Amino acid sequence: MTRIAWLVATKDLRIEVRSRVLLWQVLPFGVIALLLSGLALGPTQAGNSTAGPGLFYLVTLFVTLLMINRSQALENAPGTRASVATLGLDPAGIFLGKALALTIELWITGLVLLAGSVVVLHTALIGTVHALPSVLVTLATLAVAGTLYGALTQGGDGPATLLPVLTLPAFAPLLIAGERSFSAALHGGALWEWWVIVVVALVAYTAVGILLYGVLEES
Amino acid sequence: MIKLSQRLLGPVTLVSLALTFWLGLWVTPPDVVQGDLVRLLYVHPPIAWVALYVSFGTATIASCLYLWRRTRSDVMDRLAYCAMEISVVFIALTLITGSIWGRPTWGVWWAWDARLTSTAILGVFALAYLALRRANDDPALRARRSAVFAILTAINVPIIHFSVQWWKTLHQGASVLTSNGTLNVHGSMLWAMLLGFLGFTLLFFWLLRYRYRLEVKRDLATANTVDEALALRQREGV
Repeated sequence: MTRIAWLVATKDLRIEVRSRVLLWQVLPFGVIALLLSGLALGPTQAGNSTAGPGLFYLVTLFVTLLMINRSQALENAPGTRASVATLGLDPAGIFLGKALALTIELWITGLVLLAGSVVVLHTALIGTVHALPSVLVTLATLAVAGTLYGALTQGGDGPATLLPVLTLPAFAPLLIAGERSFSAALHGGALWEWWVIVVVALVAYTAVGILLYGVLEES
Repeated sequence: MIKLSQRLLGPVTLVSLALTFWLGLWVTPPDVVQGDLVRLLYVHPPIAWVALYVSFGTATIASCLYLWRRTRSDVMDRLAYCAMEISVVFIALTLITGSIWGRPTWGVWWAWDARLTSTAILGVFALAYLALRRANDDPALRARRSAVFAILTAINVPIIHFSVQWWKTLHQGASVLTSNGTLNVHGSMLWAMLLGFLGFTLLFFWLLRYRYRLEVKRDLATANTVDEALALRQREGV
């Protein structure tokens, strides 16, 4: 399973490196969205507001939706899913591989957006560095959950536009937990209960994905 | 025996709901603190019980049984779909009755309370389930995806249940039983509430029965329409 996961992850990342969709399309979109968030607050509020973590996760949400669709679209070319199915690969490995590749892509995006929020939204640098572990775990959870929900909306007759409707209720607790952890790292406050939500969700979605991804790939 | 119980389901549901309303509106006394507002609590917790546990439980179990190859059948898929559709109605009723009670008690129609928010999220999940079904025309693909999504959605139910303990926000704790297992409600108030739980649970199964029959007829009508269309095309010589 781990070997297949590694193969799928490297395949997805290699396609990403060659196509440069993340670099030329997703990252610029994220930075522009962050800038627009700063504009929404206004020049006097952008530096003083406590909305930085919330805006960071809002932009991350938009970027995540783009990345999930992108990740699933890699197999959308005619015949690709069928040929992958005939290879007899372990579906759990495919799920873990796609989730791992998406996690790495989201981590890169997250680091850029964190730097952007320090510059544009004036979030404290030390606090942002302290928030980094919670941000990375939250993004990993979003990637794992997103891989599962993405598989529900791809191929067949399922339009990809359904993805936000399916994922937003699931992402809401994760985004709230991530935002609270980020805020706690910046301004102090309870941290562990938000960490518990994110870690439990990561374990739960990974377990469900390993068990059920094969059902979604059945033809 | 089964036919008799099915025939009795409707009348028993109506009698238990009528008794609940009679006890709740006329027999039980006003509460010392809440006054007549307490009468809404003979309805709100039973509706929430059906919305969160009975209907979602039915949908989740039916979805699990669909995904398990030995029990995979259209019956399970239809059952999950019908239960989820009814749960949308009960979740909406839960939020509406809670909101009507919350306005005079808390001073607001809506609060960003952990239980309210997580219940609203569950409602969106249920709507998303229905949207997912409409987006897939292939019955087998639709059934598989819906089943997986229902199981993913059910993860939210324990979060709603324990939200009042984990976050300790505005919504009060358990209505009937405390965490120690002792009763919170007594006398005619307890009977009104227990009858409410029974009545709304029976109402769910009554609705489920009719909704299921309707779904079977719809599937048959769809199949017949396809057959008729094919026959028509054959007669046309295509």
